[in-house]
Order: sequence, then structure tokens, then C-alpha cells
Amino acid sequence: MTLFDAFSGAASSLSGPLPDPSADAGWSAEHPKRVGFFTDTSVCIGCKACEVACKEWNLVPDDGTDASDLYRLTGMSYDNTGDLGASTWRHVAFIEDVRPHGTATTGHMPSGLPALGGSLPRDAASAPPDGGTVDLLALLPDTGAHGQQTPDDERDVRWLMSSDVCKHCTHAGCLDVCPTGALFRTEFGTVVVQDDICNGCGYCVPSCPYGVIDVRESDGGAHKCTLCYDRLGEGLEPACAKACPTNSIQFGDLDELQAAADARLAELHGRGVEEARLYGRDPDDGVGGDGAFFLLLDEPEVYGLPPDPIVTTRDLPEMWRNAALTALGLGAAAVAAFFTGGRR
Amino acid sequence: MTDANPAEMPERFRGRGRGGNREELQVPEAEFRSYYGRPIIKAPVWKNPDVPLYLFLGGLAGSSSVLAAMARATGRPTLRRAGRLGAAAGAVGGTVFLVHDLHRPRRFLHMLRVFKPTSPLSVGTWILSPFATFAAATAATEVTGWFRRTGDVTGVAAAVVGPALATYTAVLFSNTAVPTWHEAHRHLPILFGSSAAAAGGGFGLVFSSVRDNEPAARLAIAGAATELAIDEKMQRDLGMLADVYCKGRAKTLMRASKTCLVAGALGALVGRRRRWSAALSGLALMAGSALTRFGVFDAGIASANDPAHIVVPQRERIRQRQASTETATTPPDRTFA
Repeated sequence: MTLFDAFSGAASSLSGPLPDPSADAGWSAEHPKRVGFFTDTSVCIGCKACEVACKEWNLVPDDGTDASDLYRLTGMSYDNTGDLGASTWRHVAFIEDVRPHGTATTGHMPSGLPALGGSLPRDAASAPPDGGTVDLLALLPDTGAHGQQTPDDERDVRWLMSSDVCKHCTHAGCLDVCPTGALFRTEFGTVVVQDDICNGCGYCVPSCPYGVIDVRESDGGAHKCTLCYDRLGEGLEPACAKACPTNSIQFGDLDELQAAADARLAELHGRGVEEARLYGRDPDDGVGGDGAFFLLLDEPEVYGLPPDPIVTTRDLPEMWRNAALTALGLGAAAVAAFFTGGRR
Repeated sequence: MTDANPAEMPERFRGRGRGGNREELQVPEAEFRSYYGRPIIKAPVWKNPDVPLYLFLGGLAGSSSVLAAMARATGRPTLRRAGRLGAAAGAVGGTVFLVHDLHRPRRFLHMLRVFKPTSPLSVGTWILSPFATFAAATAATEVTGWFRRTGDVTGVAAAVVGPALATYTAVLFSNTAVPTWHEAHRHLPILFGSSAAAAGGGFGLVFSSVRDNEPAARLAIAGAATELAIDEKMQRDLGMLADVYCKGRAKTLMRASKTCLVAGALGALVGRRRRWSAALSGLALMAGSALTRFGVFDAGIASANDPAHIVVPQRERIRQRQASTETATTPPDRTFA
């Protein structure tokens, strides 16, 4: 860190726990509490209302479709958005998890499939213990022609759904590397792009350890979730959380969300959902904890999330030191080239 | 918190992991899991060839500026002239490519709103701007013959800044979430610095007389040798993350780069006293330097697009962390994923 001592403001906060990122960014002590999202994927039903509400409120254009691929069908699952991007600030991941019979535990089980082995609940997250979920598949012709896995005795299928979003990291790589100051830390502790400043250099794009922010082709600017900065200022909750019909997306003060998430995790563990876990909750992780964190029912990478993200600028002081030493070496070599040997 | 060294990863993790969800579940140990094999991080949207060429030109300009200042001090006029023109051409050309790379080029000056040490691109802008000013002024005095004293001073100023211009670009690349770039943050500065030496020395070999070109030849040979060595070490240390250098266009580019560097360095060693062979060697050295930049750029794109590059090293990091906490007296908090 020695190189950065000269820039003490920047050096203090490249990694590690940081209780108040807004104060670290220079906001006065009267700034509001840090807010965030807790996305409880155990109750997500994959309705994508969050995606739609986000697009509508924030006037986000379509995802760059062309006439040949109007609906951008991915062909992999009911997810036809694919990933977060410049024009997708909420993305509902949809995982169709096929397992050998009896090994699947939780998640939404499409009905009409073989019952689970053991006494595990069909949907430990939301279903009543008597397993009274609506049997949607039974309403459809049982031919497999509608793209479903044909039920058989060997396999169980479960559906995992998760509404992904910008994590509003405590140590945000995108914000650190932005050369124009277009990305900034708000008084709410969130990370927002100022579109009238961004010059489209694209440095934020590969610097995000989650692959969230991207440059939009049509206007050349970098875009991502603002956590509805405009709504926050008016005391409203973000559009996605407002629209979520199952309260999978919860908005609030971050400390309260963390407490609620801890309670929810304990509840699920108590009900035997051992694979439930919190993701992005830990302030000791590689990004200092996320402002938007998740309860997942499988490994993060299954949802397209990095299992152990680290903000790239954690190693920046060492990188600058290496580059400075190498620059000295290059200069010395170029000078030395004039002095070794004698003959011209 | 220690980084996983991918080289120490179990063999079963390497080069595996394509394919569907079901296979992963049936053979959970041998495969990494992912979201339908899709990339986890976003690949850089930097333009090709703009950014690799900018790296090459910045390196060429940086080392040329030092050669020019030293040639001025030791009385080698043709090398001085070549170095000054190379520094200015590289800086101006690099600036053009850097601006063209922006998706909103008319807002280039927004780069100068702030100085952010956490942003290598911001630092680089503040390196490039004075360097380009000094180098262009020096070249102008060289060409016109006016204000020669001033030109000597600005030439020295450019030479002071120049090496930083050649190596900061390594930080630009490694300060990203791209695994093959980030994990090479100890190697890339040396790779780019030596590549800059090869380019600047090569430029001097092409454009200076055989009477003056010995320092350029020395610098280029040293640069090429260092570049070849550090590239080998980088790929060995990267472990599984080096696979992007062993396939696709990056492999072709890096192999072509090595060929050019070896040929150029040998040519400079034995043939610098003949004008034509010195010029050919210089061209080969410059080509080798440029090809390296293109190869590293392509490898980074491939790395970002490969979910295995994210999941496997990070899983290994978690495993090592758990192994280290298990030996500690306090039981680890297993609440969080």
C-alpha cells in the first residue's frame, strides 16, 4: 500500500470491510443509510415482472434485437434474456436442473414428475407441507411436445429461478477504474453512471467481477442498474421490488435486509433446506460485501455468478509498483545501451 | 485471503468442463458448473485493432524517447532524429487510436476532468498527455531546426515520462476481472516493457544510420530476449489460465511474435552493420512487439468468455481458504457462501 499513501483517500478503501461507503466517498455525515436489495430466490417464480418494471420505469431500450432474431430465443431454458447488460438491469436466471431420481431437494418442482424420494418437501421454500402446489403441467397434454423433460422414473427436475441485478459492491471495480468520474457512489451507498459524463471508454465493462455493466451499442454509453436513484430520492422503492409479486426482491436499509436474510436462512435451514446459502452478504468477501445480495439454493456459478469474486483494484497498489519498477528498468536499459562496449 | 495459484490445481480441473448441466451433475468432481456454459464476466468492448495498436505505439514511443535523448547526449544524430520522430509519431498515433476506441469519441476531454490513481486509464491519460506534448514539440524542433535548445529540454522531459507510457498499459490490462490478464499482473509490466524496448530499438534500427544504431540494436536484442523469457514464465505461472494462449488466434499471434522476435534479434546481432539487414531486423522486431500486443489482447477476450476461467480458480481459492481455516483453532463461519 505504500505507493498509495500519497493518495490516502483512495488508498484507505480498495478492499476489505467498509461500514459506510458513502462517507468513504466523501458524503457528509447526514447522508441517508445505505440501501440495497435482498433477493430471496427461494420464493422467485420467474415471472420477470422485475425485468419489465425496470425497463418501463428506466426507459431502457430493447436488448439490441435485429429483425432476424426478434425474440432472441436462447434455446437453453425459459430464460430468453441471457444475462445482465447495458439494456438489461434485472435478469431472471432460469435453471432447469435435472438430477438422478431422489437426489433433488428443493426448488420449484414441476408437477407431473415423479415424487421425490424420502420425506423432503416438494418446495421447501414456499409450498405447504402437504405439497399443495398447482399442477400446471397436468393441464397440458402429456406428450412432451411442449418442450418439457419427459417424466420418467430415473430423473427429477427442479426449477431454480433468480432475479439477478447489479450488486452495488462495497468496493466497486467499475467505479474504481472509471477514468472520467461518470460512475460515482451515491449518498445511498449505491453505484450509478452519470450518462452525460460517460465517454464510452468501456473500462468498467471487464472490471466488473460479476459481468454486470456493459456499453450500449446505440448510444455508446455504459449503463447498469441505478437502484432507481430517482425513485430513492422521492422515498420510493425501486421499480423491480415494487413489482415483485412474491416479495422475492426486497428493498430496504442494508442492515435491516441483512438481518432479515439471516433470519430467513436460519428458517430454511431449520426446515431442512441445507443447500440454502447467502451470496454477497459477507462484508469480509472480496468486494467488501454487496449492496444487493441473494439467497441461493445452489452454488453461485449455477446461477451464472462468480463463486468468489474479488475487486480487481485490491491488487492495484502492487500493480502500480511493478509497472513503476519496470519503467525504471526500461529507462535504465535504454540508457545503458549507450555505455556498454566501445566500438562503433 | 490468498489467490489460488492455478498451476497447483488438480489435473482433473484442467481443460474440462464444457457441456450440459446433467453431465456436470453426474460427474461433479471432474467438471465445473456454470449457467448453461455462458460467460460470467463481460469481455472487454475495446476495439481491435485500436487498443493493441495503441499499446504497441505507446511502447514504441516510450522507448524511442529515451533513445533519442541519449543519442542527443552522446552525439548520434540519425538515431536522435529517428527516436524523436518515432516518439512523436507513436504518441500522436496512439492518441488517435485511443480516442477512436472510445464509444463517444467527442467526449475524449472528459478523461481530463479528474485524476484517479485507482483508474489506470486516468493515470495513463495524464501520462500520455504531457508525453505527447513533449514528444511532438521535440519532433517539431527536430524537423524545423528552430528552437533546438528548447527541443533538447522537451526531449529529456519526454524521455523521463516515456518508460511509464510503455509500462502503465500492463496495469490497464491486469486491473480488470479478466483472469488471464489479472493473474499475470506480475508479468505483464515486464512483458510490455520489454516489448516496448524491442519496438523502440527496432524503430531505431530501421531509421538510423549503421554508424549510430548500436544502442538501438542492443536495446532491441535485450528487449526481445526478455520478452521471450517472460512470456514463457507468464504462461507457466498462469497454469490453466494460459490455455487461451495455446489455442485460436492468440496462439497464432504469439507464435508469429516469437518468430519475428527471434529473427529480428538474430538479425540485429549479426547484421546491424549493413543498412538493409539492420532495417529488416528492425521491422521484424517491431512486428514481433505488435504481434505480442495483439496476442495478449485476444487471449484476454477468450479468457473473459470462458466461465471455467472464473469458476475453477475461484473454487480452488475457496477450497484453499477452507483448508487453512480448518487447521485454525476457531471454527470457520460457514453461514455465507
